[in-house]
Amino acid sequence: MLSKQAKLSSRIFEKDVEERPTRDGYGEGLILAGEADPNVVALSADLTESTRTEGFARKFPGRFIEVGVAEQNMAAIASGLGVCGKIPFISSYATFSPGRNWEQIRTTISYNDSNVKIAGHHAGISVGPDGATHQAVEDIATMRVMANMKVIVPCDAVEAKKATMAVAKVWGPVYLRFGREKSPICTTEETPFVPGKAEVFWHPRDNGKPSVVIVACGQLVYQALVAAQDLESEDIPVVVINSHTVKPLDEETIISWAKKAGAVVTVEEHQVLGGLGGAVAEALAKNYPVPMEFIGMQNVFGESGPASALLSLYCMDAKAIASAVKRVLRRKR
Amino acid sequence: MDALHDHKAQKLEEIANLIRQDVIRSLVAAGSGHSAGPLGMADVFTALYFHILRHNPDKPLWSERDRLILSNGHICPVLYATLARAGYFPVLELKTLRKLHSRLQGHPHRGSLPGIETTSGPLGSGLSQAIGFALAGRMDKKKYRTYCLMSDAEHQEGNVWEAAMFAGKERLSNLTAVIDRNNIQIDGFTENVMPLEPLRAKYESFNWHVIDANGHDFYSIISSIAEAETIYEKPTVVIMHTIPGKGVDYMEQDYRWHGTPPGVSNISGEPPKEEQARIALRELRTLNGKIHSEHQ
Repeated sequence: MLSKQAKLSSRIFEKDVEERPTRDGYGEGLILAGEADPNVVALSADLTESTRTEGFARKFPGRFIEVGVAEQNMAAIASGLGVCGKIPFISSYATFSPGRNWEQIRTTISYNDSNVKIAGHHAGISVGPDGATHQAVEDIATMRVMANMKVIVPCDAVEAKKATMAVAKVWGPVYLRFGREKSPICTTEETPFVPGKAEVFWHPRDNGKPSVVIVACGQLVYQALVAAQDLESEDIPVVVINSHTVKPLDEETIISWAKKAGAVVTVEEHQVLGGLGGAVAEALAKNYPVPMEFIGMQNVFGESGPASALLSLYCMDAKAIASAVKRVLRRKR
Repeated sequence: MDALHDHKAQKLEEIANLIRQDVIRSLVAAGSGHSAGPLGMADVFTALYFHILRHNPDKPLWSERDRLILSNGHICPVLYATLARAGYFPVLELKTLRKLHSRLQGHPHRGSLPGIETTSGPLGSGLSQAIGFALAGRMDKKKYRTYCLMSDAEHQEGNVWEAAMFAGKERLSNLTAVIDRNNIQIDGFTENVMPLEPLRAKYESFNWHVIDANGHDFYSIISSIAEAETIYEKPTVVIMHTIPGKGVDYMEQDYRWHGTPPGVSNISGEPPKEEQARIALRELRTLNGKIHSEHQ
């Protein structure tokens, strides 16, 4: 059942559940962060509207910097601004930033410890028709591997807004990941959001013992909740954890539930190598190894198509998650 | 900045000579690192830290200080030697270059040593970082100026031109780039490896003010930077013509010394490795025979 403490949307399982892209939440959060702190500045590489930086640019024209199609320049300029006391947010599609400018981010932002927030948009294959060139499915791994870097993947537009506001107050480099397409709103303004703190969104009825823990991030948290509801009707009790912060991972929460359940399924719109699944596997291997299944891109590139069809085709929808839960159950000793 | 006079120019020449010796000693102690670029830029660094920059070694984070961004981080031995001679940290510490637990990392790292404004080494992104400093200064209505020291060959990196385009667009007149035009890079002469000319015309077409200067003439170095301060409508780049390895006869103009310190390897036609450091220091102490006492 849905966790009461999480104060999730009451319409979550209804057909007319509200849907908005997580990038919308970024745009709203950026304006609020800008209002709260005059040092917040925003940079765009010719994608001001689609990265939802437009509202900030209109409201704070003196704090908006258009760099043109030049992601490497954008990252290193932001590095300089960050060192000088600004809180720069840089935006582009994740395949370009942090894709193309990875080294500038590594040297001038991460190692240099400059207070830059990197917003990677159009992440995951749900980008849809643009195809694999624009579907970032490696960005969590390439950002997570950097010392100094934090990684946050909001599950919906409401959480995206909170995350954007929150990271403006967190010192140091942070990578934020957003999707292009509309996705269901799971959370409410009252849902707790603390960077670095995973939240249980679903647990077995009557505080029963779970058979499997599903650890998810991004818009697939919704798919995991739908899967949990389906599994409940089949008497398979699970826990769904929204691990919005992939780094630093909330190991304590994840390990404690892994001990109770004895099996884990990770869910992310990303390669299964090096992302959330990798992070959870590393934590469990060190502390409490259990059988795991990994939902995500299985070492392949995506393709053009409607978002929902792609999620099904690449086995990342609720049905695929439920199947993975059953697979991992069979592997439990 | 103050006008230069002969007495000050002579003083600067002496400091630059000390800095060159520091560079050789620290490279020899490290057993690795770059020689040619640091020696070639010693006069420019001396002019900057001992005449041009507004800075305070006792307050490295003074908010009004001019910012110096070293884009080609591999010539950091000359930055370290200059900072030490300017009083940012003890000269003795130069011997720890590239060693375990040293504050003098193989390439500069912000936060590890006072006076280092940014982390650099991978080429081509320093100008962008300097733009960030200059933009922040403009937003905050600060009067500090930002200087970006770059190599010539790093202009083969695309990021440099993204930055040049941006600074031209934004008319960042509080930004001055200084290019070490020494014509060499690891694989040979720049015009053979990947031609950069016409460098002046390239920058002019990106809407920069361009000055050519002699990087071993303090009057030329200082007047070029002074001219940059008078240009209000665009950023300025000084193409600083230098001699790689300047001050050590066997290193001058020889690209093979780009990435090699004295005393590590035998190079054909050069002094044997056991002799390289001694000869270099002797030449520097005597200004290649011009003076006869190292205490002069």
